[in-house]
Amino acid sequence: MTIIKISDDALARAGGADALASAFEKKGFEVHRTSSWGMHWLEPLVEINGIGWGPVTLSRVDEIADGGADDICVGPIAAHPFITGQTRLTFARAGKTRPLSLEDYEASGGWSGLTRARQIGAERIVEEVTASGLRGRGGAGFPTGIKWKTVLGAPGPKKYIVCNADEGDSGTFADRMAMEGDPFALIEGMAIAGEAVGADQGYIYLRSEYPDAIRKLNAALKLCADIIAPFKCEVRVGAGAYVCGEETSLLNSLEGKRGEVRAKPPLPALEGFLGRPTVVNNVLSLAAVPHILMQGGAASYAERGMGRSKGTMPIQLAGNIKHGGLYEVAFGITLGELVNDIGGGTASGRPVKAVQVGGPLGAYIHPDQFDIPFDYEAFTAADALIGHAGVTVFDDTADMGEMAHFAMEFCSAESCGKCTPCRIGAVRGQEIIERIRSGGRKRDGVEMTPQIHNAPKNEGRSAAEEIGLLTDLCETMKFGSLCALGGFTPYPVMSALRNWPEDFVGDPAAIANALDAAK
Amino acid sequence: MSSKEHKIGEIIAEHHRREGPLLPILHDVQEEFGCVDTESEAIIAKGLNLSRADVHGVVSFYHDYSPTADPRPVVQICRAEACKARGVEQIIDAAKAAAGERVAIKTVYCLGLCSAGPAARVGDDLHIRLDNQSVSKLIENA
Ligand SMILES: Cc1cc2nc3c(=O)[nH]c(=O)nc-3n(C[C@H](O)[C@H](O)[C@H](O)COP(=O)(O)O)c2cc1C
Ligand code: SF4
Ligand code: FES
Repeated sequence: MTIIKISDDALARAGGADALASAFEKKGFEVHRTSSWGMHWLEPLVEINGIGWGPVTLSRVDEIADGGADDICVGPIAAHPFITGQTRLTFARAGKTRPLSLEDYEASGGWSGLTRARQIGAERIVEEVTASGLRGRGGAGFPTGIKWKTVLGAPGPKKYIVCNADEGDSGTFADRMAMEGDPFALIEGMAIAGEAVGADQGYIYLRSEYPDAIRKLNAALKLCADIIAPFKCEVRVGAGAYVCGEETSLLNSLEGKRGEVRAKPPLPALEGFLGRPTVVNNVLSLAAVPHILMQGGAASYAERGMGRSKGTMPIQLAGNIKHGGLYEVAFGITLGELVNDIGGGTASGRPVKAVQVGGPLGAYIHPDQFDIPFDYEAFTAADALIGHAGVTVFDDTADMGEMAHFAMEFCSAESCGKCTPCRIGAVRGQEIIERIRSGGRKRDGVEMTPQIHNAPKNEGRSAAEEIGLLTDLCETMKFGSLCALGGFTPYPVMSALRNWPEDFVGDPAAIANALDAAK
Repeated sequence: MSSKEHKIGEIIAEHHRREGPLLPILHDVQEEFGCVDTESEAIIAKGLNLSRADVHGVVSFYHDYSPTADPRPVVQICRAEACKARGVEQIIDAAKAAAGERVAIKTVYCLGLCSAGPAARVGDDLHIRLDNQSVSKLIENA
């Protein structure tokens, strides 16, 4: 009997995959709900004997069942250029297996990393993870092996593995796809981390915006409880705060407190959840571990990538892009290749104006800089951020002044409130950007009265002077904020101003001068 | 004992043995009553041996908890960067017009559907590739 594969990933379901699945079942086919291949422009994608059709609507079901619908047929999926160009390690099962099938998981090498980890013991696990060169995929890029070593060496009878599944960055969805598409791989990674540091309890802090991932992980944890025992693991649902993705804020939230950021030190590795040694790792960092722990896995991981950025990165192509989706590839690929060659340019067909990499705290990059390779160090050198590797594309209709304003607005909405530059600076930042865009600030009536004797009786601030003020505010936020929410919001703001001054004022040359003067 | 006290007591009993029980309790209370009001805060504080200020501080920190219940259906529309790049701001007027006073439109920052926005969420149902027409229809059916 012909088996039809249709993804049950949230994006495919939002596109109507459930209705398609029942339509094919009604016609007598056996439908397997698999994970998504990650070719989002084709979702919902229907696969029969390796051949794909997408995006499929209900009205096309009959034709596809008869082998027709050539106009939306993409041929053999595994041979699609979007797939053949990738190196899928973390997403090796994407599109192929049923997320909650233990049978599929085992048949595709599942649990072999954990089995081997149990044989080689804590020290060697940590050595292999260190040797793989794996760096945290949550944003900061900290070497995972070194973090684990610290927790392994920390004294204490009770330790924890906490998975950061708060994925709040706009333009990112790889954590979501990993959790929905291959939940056992994440759980296996956490169990291996438990073996490595001597922890028997894990928590997955999962954002409430991901109902499908919550449901699937809870189901997966039930199914594999015996396999991971004595390690235990539980899902904890977030409550809609972006800042709770920051690891110390996350720990406070997990403890049932306000999600305020903690000052470091102490490091969570030493005093984390409930003051005990804790590994906090991103979903992708943990989901990469089962592969690394397989025989020879660490070496093959370390062979890929460039410089100190080893292995593969599941890159997310988002926003106004023709071929959006998940693209896992070794570090070193350039931004231009990603956006133009693989992504096919904008979905609207208009010229690319700007690309934001690394979520709301990442700089807006101009197409002139498309030769930057995907590498932590290269991005840092360009004042940009890899972060969680979301690539959001904008076409030429985007108003970058508006986006700069939104960066400040987002920061003020999501600030945890602990430090002044972030809590208040983000509000003042919005006001300054509004004033720059409306040509500066006139003195008001009260200021002009003789009673307010210390107010200067002049024309007020010009747009150029406001830019000086914004630059100054951004410097204060950068250096005076405790965490990257306040500290990195200046990057999208200032990059937008520098690269697209015409979106702020009528006379862009004035901005260039003002920026020079503010240096 | 009021029925509210009784129900919240049950919720607390279900979670209090967990490490860090407060958020799971608040989620269940919000789900049950559509809000976490001051009365609930007081009951939870007593049950967990916390101060009411502690509980209020937590409730007011998170976007997911509301102090009063809103009986209207809620449609969450993503207005983060990737959905802006795909034109969500151009469909907000249509969404508001369709919603009128009957439906509450809420802003959310990212639903993880960023390659196929504009995206929206109604309950646990997600929607992608919205335009003026489909967003209006979605809201009318909410
Ligand atoms: C404002 C802010 C938000 C963050 N959000 C996330 C997030 O959603 N997911 C994540 O894994 N890391 C996030 N991080 C990074 C974490 O603080 C931390 O570096 C990470 O969880 C460590 O895991 P890793 O080493 O595996 O990357 C955020 C950091 C900041 C400052
Ligand atoms: S920078 Fe902002 S979010 Fe970060 S700790 Fe300070 S106030 Fe909180
Ligand atoms: S930005 Fe709208 S779903 Fe991610």
